[in-house]
Amino acid sequence: MKQVVATMAGNVWKIVVTVGEQVEEGQDVVILESMKMEIPIAAEANGTVQEIHVQEGDFVNEGDVLLTLE
Amino acid sequence: MFKKLLIANRGEIAARVIRTCKKLGIQTVAVYSEADADSLHVKWADEAFLIGKPRVSESYLNIEKMIEIAKETKAEAIHPGYGLLSENPTFARRCEEEGIVFIGPNANVIASMGSKIEARKTMAEAGIPIVPGISFPLQDVEEAVKTAETIGYPIMLKASAGGGGIGMQIVRNEEELRKAFEGNQKRAASFFGDGAMYLEKYIENPRHIEIQLLADHHGNCVYLWERECSIQRRHQKVIEEAPSPFLDEETRRNMGEAAVRAAKYIGYTNAGTIEFLVDEQKNFYFLEMNTRLQVEHPVTEEVTGIDLVEEQLRVAAGERLGYTQQDIQRNGHAIEVRIYAEDPKTFFPSPGTITAFQLPEGEGVRNETAVTSGIAVTPFYDPMIAKLITKGNTREEAIARMVQAISHYQVEGIKTNIPMLKEVLNHPAFQAGHTTTNFISTHLYKQSAK
Repeated sequence: MKQVVATMAGNVWKIVVTVGEQVEEGQDVVILESMKMEIPIAAEANGTVQEIHVQEGDFVNEGDVLLTLE
Repeated sequence: MFKKLLIANRGEIAARVIRTCKKLGIQTVAVYSEADADSLHVKWADEAFLIGKPRVSESYLNIEKMIEIAKETKAEAIHPGYGLLSENPTFARRCEEEGIVFIGPNANVIASMGSKIEARKTMAEAGIPIVPGISFPLQDVEEAVKTAETIGYPIMLKASAGGGGIGMQIVRNEEELRKAFEGNQKRAASFFGDGAMYLEKYIENPRHIEIQLLADHHGNCVYLWERECSIQRRHQKVIEEAPSPFLDEETRRNMGEAAVRAAKYIGYTNAGTIEFLVDEQKNFYFLEMNTRLQVEHPVTEEVTGIDLVEEQLRVAAGERLGYTQQDIQRNGHAIEVRIYAEDPKTFFPSPGTITAFQLPEGEGVRNETAVTSGIAVTPFYDPMIAKLITKGNTREEAIARMVQAISHYQVEGIKTNIPMLKEVLNHPAFQAGHTTTNFISTHLYKQSAK
């Protein structure tokens, strides 16, 4: 089980994957918005999206878990 | 003149406006979000009001809250600063309706320049050169492809409601255009609530040179020379200077006169800026008009000796400009650098707490900031935390002072773009005045960040 965490504080602007979806290492899964800039967050490993812990519009801090991969 | 002014903005520009008010004996009312309680603009104002949560939609963009506080405090006028509500015609109109003076042009003028497509049309009517392109929004990607063929690649794809580089992309062929169109349209719709796209010819190796204007309510309009703002990253300005190292006196005068003609054509009042792209042959093309004070206004103040915020207030209070075009001086050279809380190479933001903050001082050195040691730079706002301005008798002297000053600039706890600024300032191409908008990707980082 792998977690995808926020690399910086910001708002969750877009969640580009859904639960059950197959993702590859390096693929953007969530886009944060911080200081008026889009920050794509990529999966660090291959896997299936097991759970999404945030919603679009949520505020997250650096290190917060965004989603869990199986 | 006004007795009390509300500043509907935050950070360094709010602090900057307050300074001029203190000089003129005007009482100031600041507003702040929960994230900005420690900002200097809150400390410097005579009164300060908490207006909401950190997100701009819940604080600094709340039009009715601004009006309510202005009425409650009996502020006669509102200065909108730059960004946020400064170019929002609804806000200007609400002020007009409530009998509060909005420091800027009237709502209709703001609206007419707010849409880039409309602005292009209007400027063409006024006889101002515009970049070859279209004056109507594109229906879909097929129309974009067809139009691009008639204009010729490379093309700059733009969002009509865009700003800050968002929704803009250079495309060099049909494949790139198809790829870019949908993404930018979506981005524009999401950021600005308006996905209208248009396109224009992309000018190779352009310079970004803008003209500062001042117009009163009695038909007088003057230009306060130019600022060159070609050094940019992510289509946003990083270093600005006046005068431009590229212009000759004739082009400078032609641009100034064109800008005044444009301002008169649209019935402009207060301070405003017309941005031009200038090509390698010194042809200039209208880019957009900013109907507000610019971030980089200090370089104009340094070379002209005119306090632009003071002029904005005087004009808004109904005073006449105290000078004609012939009276406006231009002395020495001024440079401004923007200090951003961001990684100097990737340009990704770097929010966090500033653990140490020390500003440089010295002959010809000016600082604009509202942060101090111990303050948290939050992810809610623009990454610009400060501006550093230096002035010299010559460009060389201004650069030398900037290099000296920035080496004493201390910001700890977060990353800043200071290392990148130093690289630019020390680069022979910058020192030689070879300033084009792709300077950073050409001379600094071959692999430029998105």
